[in-house]
Amino acid sequence: MQIRNRHILGWLEAIPLTVVLVCFLVAPIVMIVIVSFWGATEFSIYPAFQFDNYAYLFGSEVVLRVFLATFKYALISWAFTLAIGFTVAYFLAFHIRSQSMQIALFLLCTIPFWTSNIIRMISWIPFLGRNGIANQTLISWGVIHEPLEWLLYSDFSVILAFVHLYTLFMVVPIFNTMMRIDKSLLEAARDNGASGFQTLRHVILPLTKPGIMIGTIFVVTLVMGDFITVRFMSGSQRANVGRLISNDIGLLQYPSAAATAVVLLCTVLIVIAILLRFVNIRKEL
Amino acid sequence: MERRPRSFYLLSAFFVLFLLFLYGPTLTIAILSFQGPQGGLTFPMNGVSLHWFRDLFEEQAVGDIWGAFRRSFALGFMVMVTTVVVSVLTGLAFRKRFAGSGVLFYLAITSLVIPSILISLGVGLIFNQLGLKIHWATSGFGSQLTWTLPFGLLIMFAVFNRFDKSYEEAARDQGATAWQTIRFVVLPIIAPSLIGVALFGFTLSYDEFARTLLTAGSYNTLPLEIFGMTTNVTTPVIYALGTLTTLFSLGIIGVFLLAVWVMGKRRARFGTDAGKGV
Repeated sequence: MQIRNRHILGWLEAIPLTVVLVCFLVAPIVMIVIVSFWGATEFSIYPAFQFDNYAYLFGSEVVLRVFLATFKYALISWAFTLAIGFTVAYFLAFHIRSQSMQIALFLLCTIPFWTSNIIRMISWIPFLGRNGIANQTLISWGVIHEPLEWLLYSDFSVILAFVHLYTLFMVVPIFNTMMRIDKSLLEAARDNGASGFQTLRHVILPLTKPGIMIGTIFVVTLVMGDFITVRFMSGSQRANVGRLISNDIGLLQYPSAAATAVVLLCTVLIVIAILLRFVNIRKEL
Repeated sequence: MERRPRSFYLLSAFFVLFLLFLYGPTLTIAILSFQGPQGGLTFPMNGVSLHWFRDLFEEQAVGDIWGAFRRSFALGFMVMVTTVVVSVLTGLAFRKRFAGSGVLFYLAITSLVIPSILISLGVGLIFNQLGLKIHWATSGFGSQLTWTLPFGLLIMFAVFNRFDKSYEEAARDQGATAWQTIRFVVLPIIAPSLIGVALFGFTLSYDEFARTLLTAGSYNTLPLEIFGMTTNVTTPVIYALGTLTTLFSLGIIGVFLLAVWVMGKRRARFGTDAGKGV
């Protein structure tokens, strides 16, 4: 009786979340899978069961290139966010001694997360533009004579924006795991003659792995699913899978958009499944 | 206190650079939003004025941004309240390890990592096929919840993982009912974290773009309005708008942090010395 009671109460409390997720997550995914087999005319879509959309996806070299570009963005952004995020978290966790200072600096790192991503993207324009701050400074220093054209509307600016927007997603989980490392382990390493770097490499890094994995999941999925950063920061000159989908939507080609979305979703889920083998999220919070 | 190693200074410099990287661009547009009436999108400053802020109040220059702001604010508030209530309920549910909790957990994680455009597209398609009208307060609201609820849930996990069960046992031993235990023991203890959940709920909704894109209907939220402006507005008015909405976000964050701080102070003042070994 006791046990049944516990389950029933748990179910009752879980109903609201379940309802929201079923209506706005599961149902949309099911709908997308269904529509991905439909056909489309120029103005409307009609129910069907055909594999045309998928045949096109897997036959097109352009699509393959776009998928590769998406992986490229994800990989490069991951490497930068990890390097920067790890360094920042390490500094906060092990070099700041007073706890209130730690909290203050940590908050300083997280505040941009609660402001608008679009504004944060727009704010790079005066920096990177042809007559922007970066070019003006470099010219006045005599480093270059002509303004650099590749600063804005290029792969460079896209990745810069990704790193700018998402490094936070690395800092927070890594900092969280680092704070839970027992300080006596570090002392033990030092007492045994480990140098600072050796402690970092053989004690801190392995213990921080779960945080790194959680950050990686965030960054990789955010970058792979993005369509707005690539569009805005490349001035519509670069493409990733998300933009492929949003372009199709703009042309009312919903079935084709849905098929691409299904393939993207599968790709992302496979990547996450691989990453999840390394970490138990619920234990790490 | 021992002497700082050299690495401390290197890392401090790195950290300062990181902060510059984080805040520099936003500060730049804040400065540029005070451009003179003839000024452009980049430096140099062509005089200093409030011209572009004044433009924000003229409909023909910027469209219906105040309507968009009101909608975003209302939606943010709705999402915030829902996120707090649902997250607490679900957090309590997960403590009971009910049958099926694993599935629900992975569903929530999926909701967090799924590319936003899929939610946008899927919800849009469903409303379309059912013949319902998409609207920011229905389809937009639900789509945003798929983004804020998992965050709230993760925070609740972090909270309850650190929760000392002996408080509840003490309450029960003294004859409190299940509801009384939650109302007078559990909720007051987790209250500061709930402010955190509320902050996430409001700000993530207020700034949300991708999931609202195809689900907001004919009345735009503020981020959608701003994005629309990026394609056809080429004056610093967009910087002025960016500065204002960033200031608004900072104000909201400030209010929430202040609430946490005040709550902590009150606790320190009115709390008992139980458990401190006095």
